[in-house]
Amino acid sequence: MALLEIRNLSVEFETVSGAFRAVDGIDISVDRGDLMAIVGESGSGKSVSMLAVMGLLPWTATITADRMEFNGHDLRTLSGRARRKIIGRDLSMIFQEPMSSLNPCFTVGYQIRETLRLHTSLDRKARQTRAIELMEQVGIPAPEKRLSAFPHQMSGGMSQRAMIAMALACEPKLLIADEPTTALDVTIQAQILELLTDLQDRTGMALILITHDMGVVAETVKRVAVQYAGQKVEEQQVEALFDDPHHPYTAALLSALPERSQDRFLPTIPGVVPGQFDRPQGCLFSPRCQFADARCRAVQPQKASAELGYALCHYPLLHGEPQGKEASA
Amino acid sequence: MSDTILTAENLTRHYSVKGGLMRPDATVRALDGASFSLRPGSTLAVVGESGCGKSTLARVVTMIEPATSGRLTIGGKEIGPNGAKGDRDLRAMVQIVFQDPYGSLNPRQTIGQTLMEPLLLNRPEIGKADREKRAREMLLMVGLRNEHFDRYPHMFSGGQRQRVAVARALMLDPKILVLDEPVSALDLSIQSQILNLLVDLQERLDLAYLFISHDLSVVSHFADELMVMYLGRPVETGPLKDVYAHPRHPYTRALFSATPVADPRRKRNRIKLEGELPSPMAVPPGCPFNPRCWKATDECRQSFPEYTGGRHSYACFHPLAKDELPRAETQA
Amino acid sequence: MAEYTAETEHGLQPAPPPGPVREFWHSFKENRGAVIGLVVFSTFLLIAIIAPLLAPYGPAQQFRDHLLQPPVWQDGGSWQFPLGTDPLGRDMVSRLLYGARFSFFIGVVVVAIATFFGVVIGVIAGFAPRWADTLIMRVMDIVLSFPSLLMALVLVAILGPSLINAMIAIAVVLQPHFVRLTRAAVLSERAKDYVTAARVAGSGQLRIMFKTVLPNCLSPIIVQAALSFSTAVLDAAALGFLGMGAQPPTPEWGTMLAEAREFILRAWWVVTLPGLCILVTVLAINLMGDGLRDALDPKLKRS
Repeated sequence: MALLEIRNLSVEFETVSGAFRAVDGIDISVDRGDLMAIVGESGSGKSVSMLAVMGLLPWTATITADRMEFNGHDLRTLSGRARRKIIGRDLSMIFQEPMSSLNPCFTVGYQIRETLRLHTSLDRKARQTRAIELMEQVGIPAPEKRLSAFPHQMSGGMSQRAMIAMALACEPKLLIADEPTTALDVTIQAQILELLTDLQDRTGMALILITHDMGVVAETVKRVAVQYAGQKVEEQQVEALFDDPHHPYTAALLSALPERSQDRFLPTIPGVVPGQFDRPQGCLFSPRCQFADARCRAVQPQKASAELGYALCHYPLLHGEPQGKEASA
Repeated sequence: MSDTILTAENLTRHYSVKGGLMRPDATVRALDGASFSLRPGSTLAVVGESGCGKSTLARVVTMIEPATSGRLTIGGKEIGPNGAKGDRDLRAMVQIVFQDPYGSLNPRQTIGQTLMEPLLLNRPEIGKADREKRAREMLLMVGLRNEHFDRYPHMFSGGQRQRVAVARALMLDPKILVLDEPVSALDLSIQSQILNLLVDLQERLDLAYLFISHDLSVVSHFADELMVMYLGRPVETGPLKDVYAHPRHPYTRALFSATPVADPRRKRNRIKLEGELPSPMAVPPGCPFNPRCWKATDECRQSFPEYTGGRHSYACFHPLAKDELPRAETQA
Repeated sequence: MAEYTAETEHGLQPAPPPGPVREFWHSFKENRGAVIGLVVFSTFLLIAIIAPLLAPYGPAQQFRDHLLQPPVWQDGGSWQFPLGTDPLGRDMVSRLLYGARFSFFIGVVVVAIATFFGVVIGVIAGFAPRWADTLIMRVMDIVLSFPSLLMALVLVAILGPSLINAMIAIAVVLQPHFVRLTRAAVLSERAKDYVTAARVAGSGQLRIMFKTVLPNCLSPIIVQAALSFSTAVLDAAALGFLGMGAQPPTPEWGTMLAEAREFILRAWWVVTLPGLCILVTVLAINLMGDGLRDALDPKLKRS
């Protein structure tokens, strides 16, 4: 059975000018020891869907799902108390801004020990030992000394390591990393990604990496889900995705990467991601898609088969060619 | 070369930081000895991590701040401590596009007002009708529409705002455009639109770009020349192809290898740099890279190496040989 | 996420996003207290404007036969004077209606003076070199460190008691709040890129200060101005009560309270009614100011 199983998850926000659908019918399934990425641009709902799983959305959000299970618990019916027992222990998350994710009023050591106190039965001394062990695990030099440091005394890379240590405190079964390296410099990013994959490998936890950086995806994970405007448009193994993307959005996104282009002008995706006020009728990508026809603009597409990467498209691509177009035309 | 439009020799910019109760006053060497030149129609990319001085460089070149020492010559004129104050032609030469399109446009000005302001201030001889005509033409040039003229910035997406920012920078017909991370705040699909616009404008207007970025994949697509900076100092400068093919400075090599490439099949042999970036308040003596460098010797800890090489110059006592495998790399 | 705007570059014609005014009104009307405050405030404003039309008599007109006549619903009251008369036989309704004029006059003038000087000094402090900034702010701290009413009293004592002097005194006392607020907003705005961009475009210092930066600092200042309005009304009433503000026979609410002080046990209405007017006005303005703040100041916005 999958560790995290989500079927048809939708999240709507109440705003000044009506409801805004940030996540629209997303399926995610993560097994133990899985290493996957969710990629998408801003507004694709990649963070919101994971925050919904964690139960961290504000009250203005309405969450609906056919199924939302983690490790056998139904997250939809779970009481706040029971949910808090799972979150932080079996299910953990790290965020983009390490500096603001740590509480500036307390030492790093205190914050790690606090997590341990809440979720384990370790006594005072054992908690200290475990905290040092964790700091070593995430590669922080002189851990005893660093435990009594306040967050502002540490650099961005160090804070992110400390955040990871805290997230790992109770050996979670699933770690969600929301843009963990976006705020960091390139050489530090390399260190943190290495650390995350290394830890994933050693502890056997599952890791979901939320990112917008295709380079990070290619170098880090095994499986990729691509999101666009709140929908999952494609899911594939990483090599297959980069070799033969099946959804036109993925294909366009990959060809827009500067490093993949030979020409002085880059291939572009015209237009912008649809917002609250201009959601198209049919396929959400149709206004920007080079293959779109009348059917795409009118009818919402269904998921394609597994061989076609579950592409949410009427005419999924195979080796760059849209399939099934002649048949319907 | 005679056709250079900007020359910088040994530019430095130091800030003094007032100490607290227990701390003495300190000097931050934000920019320490940068020399380079810009030619019309070509792009010099400046890459480096935070604290490497690239934003300070942008501010000095745009004459927002004076250099502490060194010579800066723009269009044949040497820039004094007063910058462009009182010299409208000089100010019109260099304009800037910022990273954050949400912060760089005045929220209380319409797009039209934003575009016309530089003309109003620097070309008072141009009449109101002509000013508006020029602004509308510029709007079309950067791929926006005429009806956008009277709208406010909050009605635009990030990519469109960045187009407006580019349009504003071009209003005075500059020869040099400083691009301070112009696409790093944008989504991937928007990023390529803006990059294409910049390429197109460069070809049409023969602009010289000083392109500041931390993203090597964007730079490699865009630039003609590359300058790698570390803690205020350029460590390697040269034609992009040469630097890519054969990085001589260990830091350049490490930076290249740390940049993720969107190719899952590429063999990863990352150079794992030890340690953190030092703070610009406490730059290590000697070569600033020495605490993290796998080739560092006592020499590196004592003095900063001279720049060697011609067009492809670098500052290192132990430059990398052509296919040298660094020790750290073989471990991976 | 809501940052996404409806604009598309390729011909879609979506519904326009809400404009700033509509958005402001939407968050303002969420707050019921603020709407009530606005209604009450507008009513008072209207009354102040058309007071001569509403008032049955002049504010200083005396009816010697009707000294301290109680309101209409009490024994001895009559419809001739619905809210009774004061110790000099003047009609309470007329005096209260005219009093509204004074209160609004005081509020508007005081807030205008305090805002103008406060904002100008605040912007200067925000852009001034460190020593000048420190100097200005320490002076403001000194003004702020006095109890405001005491400070106003001292100023009136120096200038001599009159309504104009009272207003000047209150404005001086209120103005440091504007200075601090403006300076804080200026400091956060001037670090933004668009200010640098204006500088690169060749804007001079004055243009940057007042044309580029100041318009972007207005939201908190508007809120502060609304809330200061009630403080001004209240302080003016207090000064009037102490005999240092408007002088009799001016029908200013605070002065009316003071004049009627000795009759408080015999004729409750001469004291209670002006007090009630002050209370309702100040309450309405404060409610409205809270709503304004919620709607305008993004830092304090709920949700």
